[in-house]
Amino acid sequence: MALERIRNFSIVAHIDHGKSTLADRILEVTKTLSERQMREQVLDSMDLERERGITIKAQAVRVEWRGHQLNLIDTPGHVDFTYEVSRALQACEGALLVVDAAQGIEAQTLANAYLALENDLEIVPVVNKIDLPQSDPSATAADVAKLVGEDSDRVLRISAKTGAGIEAVLDAVVERIPSPEGDPAAPPRALVFDSSYDQYRGVVAFVRMVDGRFTPRQRLRAMAAGTRFEAEELGFFSPDRSPTETLEAGEVGYVVTGLKDVSRLRVGDTLTAEERPASHPLPGYKDVKPTVFAGLYPTESDDYPDLRDALEKLKLNDASLFYEPETSRALGFGFRCGFLGLLHMEIVRERLEREFDLDLLVTAPNVAYRVLTKGGEELEVHNPADMPTEIELVEEPYIRATTIVPKDYVGSVMELNNDRRGRFHHMEYLSEERVLLAYDLPLADIVYDYYDQLKSRTRGYASFDYDVIGFEAGELVRLDVLLAGDPVDALSLIVHRTAAYGRGRALVDRLRVEIPRQMFDVPVQAAVGSRIIARETIKARRKDVLAKCYGGDITRKRKLLERQKKGKKRMKQVGAVEVPQEAFLAVLNLDGEKK
Amino acid sequence: MSGVRHLYLHLPFCAHRCGYCDFVTLVGRADRHTAYVDALLAELRLEASLLADELETVYLGGGTPTFTEPEALARLLGALPAPPAAEVTVEANPETVTPALASRLRRQGATRVSLGAQSFQPELLAVLERRATPVAVRSAFYHLRDAGFDNISLDLLYGIPGQSASDLELDLAEAIALGPEHLSCYELEAKPGTRFTHVHGEELVRQADAMEGYFEFVVATLRGAGYRWYETANFCRPGRQARHNIAYWQGRDYLGIGIGAVSTVNGLRWRNRPSLGGYVRALAEERRPPREEEPLEPHVQSRERLMLGLRLDEPVPLAEVEGAVDGAALARMERLGLARRTGGGLALTTRGRFLGGGVTAELLTPGSE
Repeated sequence: MALERIRNFSIVAHIDHGKSTLADRILEVTKTLSERQMREQVLDSMDLERERGITIKAQAVRVEWRGHQLNLIDTPGHVDFTYEVSRALQACEGALLVVDAAQGIEAQTLANAYLALENDLEIVPVVNKIDLPQSDPSATAADVAKLVGEDSDRVLRISAKTGAGIEAVLDAVVERIPSPEGDPAAPPRALVFDSSYDQYRGVVAFVRMVDGRFTPRQRLRAMAAGTRFEAEELGFFSPDRSPTETLEAGEVGYVVTGLKDVSRLRVGDTLTAEERPASHPLPGYKDVKPTVFAGLYPTESDDYPDLRDALEKLKLNDASLFYEPETSRALGFGFRCGFLGLLHMEIVRERLEREFDLDLLVTAPNVAYRVLTKGGEELEVHNPADMPTEIELVEEPYIRATTIVPKDYVGSVMELNNDRRGRFHHMEYLSEERVLLAYDLPLADIVYDYYDQLKSRTRGYASFDYDVIGFEAGELVRLDVLLAGDPVDALSLIVHRTAAYGRGRALVDRLRVEIPRQMFDVPVQAAVGSRIIARETIKARRKDVLAKCYGGDITRKRKLLERQKKGKKRMKQVGAVEVPQEAFLAVLNLDGEKK
Repeated sequence: MSGVRHLYLHLPFCAHRCGYCDFVTLVGRADRHTAYVDALLAELRLEASLLADELETVYLGGGTPTFTEPEALARLLGALPAPPAAEVTVEANPETVTPALASRLRRQGATRVSLGAQSFQPELLAVLERRATPVAVRSAFYHLRDAGFDNISLDLLYGIPGQSASDLELDLAEAIALGPEHLSCYELEAKPGTRFTHVHGEELVRQADAMEGYFEFVVATLRGAGYRWYETANFCRPGRQARHNIAYWQGRDYLGIGIGAVSTVNGLRWRNRPSLGGYVRALAEERRPPREEEPLEPHVQSRERLMLGLRLDEPVPLAEVEGAVDGAALARMERLGLARRTGGGLALTTRGRFLGGGVTAELLTPGSE
């Protein structure tokens, strides 16, 4: 297809603003799918996505509209996947910025709009859900126009739900979004903006051809990773895979690589042909690093091999998932996993539990610390229990957090951010009612209970987004918990020195409630180094008998004891102490922390 | 095969159902007492081939056996194949025990009476919906003594809603003063679904902390008075263990006759259905009553042997519980001073016995159920 007849675009929006519904309508209006074939949110193919209303993996689908080839590249809608979003956007020339007419601009609307602008995309602003009675399309359109520097009557007003205005959206894509530029005759270069793993065919790369063309059976090479393979099949999505004989400059499609490991073909890499390679790759490749870590342990230690297999399989589809074996004295064999963020962690955990039917114990998440030891050694610490004691310097990751709230909640958000060691950056009135607050915060203070706090303090009206901005040195200490005198590695935390006492006290109080009474007194202590900063005792049980047991009771009493035995199996044996799974999450929500 | 030497007979009739009770009981139904006893005797005939020539123990439990219509009860006692040396226990509620009933029981071959005293405090007896007054409890005891019973057991309950520590102390003192040969002391269990739990459940939860030490207090007091704490909930003067119950705890076979009664014979356990009508109808036709069966695999038998044996103060022979004991757990329990090995046996220490349920659950090998 000639370049001038191609349009590559994506839809960006805050969560729940109607991105997927709009994508569905586009498939319908362009007759890519018949109504009968339409399923709700076709593009989100994973059950989990449909349920949570979010898109986890980007997808690309080709539609025909008035003689043009339109490639719609779906993007993940969440902060954790910023890099994936940025690569998907790089594959486009334009973006539909969808804003809910009732909700207005939200934190991810901004983040995505800025990302699109940074990628030099033509933004087509769209106000959605104009059919809702409580919506205010004109006011929202004015806000969006201001945000993207457009005239407010160029803001499209639609209802993806009813289908109103969808054709105008497609016309605007053709009219306003530029056709791709590229050299059809140059050595081929294609941007990998996503990949997925097919059990039978290996890694399938989603690509945007920038220059040249690919043909089936061609020998290809990933320029950053150096991975070589043969293009087993080329094609595009409509929305199922449709093989073609060629992928040409400007087009979007897929390449079946036959590779068995998704990590050998990373998002952002450039594909070229072996026989006529490009001289340099497309710009912008980077190796994304996990920011949040947690220990994943099987509830039943027998399930360890199953967990390992499940992580291996998941990793096939998710190159950003990091894991390495870890042994905890308290929890046994498990894995330390790294995630792009908290949502990513939640998704991985849910997929492991659902798709692989595993019962997991996930430790409190933590961030990566950069440590300089007194001996001059530099380390990256992913697990608080690994934090050395002789430390010269510790650095922790900081984020810039953008929160948008109705103005009445500004005080609450500021208070929360101050509690979390936040530094005020700036504040901006987006409209008379809505205020943007930017703070720099240690990421460690976000991974623990922040979202819940934000939600409850703003009654759910806040929208939140963040970017990692770098590392900063902090006065950090390791807080250990000892049960019956033995340190419990899985409960160690890194905290700011000034917060150690409060957190230690709260943790000890919480554990005293969470851990059932044992057959002996159990001292629960919190310590920094060798100094005990809080202590409680779980008093021993004094009585635990089945009162009567005569001829007619034996079966029932036996079953009772067997159940009691089973209950114990669900506990983790830490030294001589039985600790219920929930106790390991006690560090996550310490009520009374403020008291 | 030597035959079953322990026989249980269930007499379900009661004048009134106490709020905390979850046994198979039937209120009133005086018109059915005779028919029911006929059915009991019929079932006994049907199962006679299982019994040894000489029974060691017979136990008439309820319900309130002594509430059963006297002539029917007499007929039942008269028909029992119990030699003079056998222990024949009858459960009785104090308010049913008249001098006449006491001497009749004695005459008809009962050697032991288990008296459901529960408490000596009028308010607590009222909470329990017991009909006897403290005076009635004492009178019943004396009537039994007068009739010649030299083996009387008292049932006491502790942990009754509203029961203070001094109430418990008084109850124990009253009981000791009567000088029974045997005492059974149970913590009141608020069983889910009973009327009692509905009314008193919350209060019991509130009192749980305060009542935590009651069990220890009961044991210390009765031991102090010269009783032997021979089973989790049972105390006796030397040599006065309940021989019938010992049979359960030592894993011997027993035959249970009557509605809801359980038997365990040769690795098979069965429980008669609790319906009176079905029971009487079947036996009127000399058919076995409807029942549920549960085969006991050898490994289940040894688990039960452990669980029951550890209730006693004498060691369980390790040879009899092979495969049921988790060695690592045993070592741990020994370290914690909760269990001990003596020669070829395994027993709980005093502290271990207070935590007997938890310790036993620890000691059991991971189960198959």
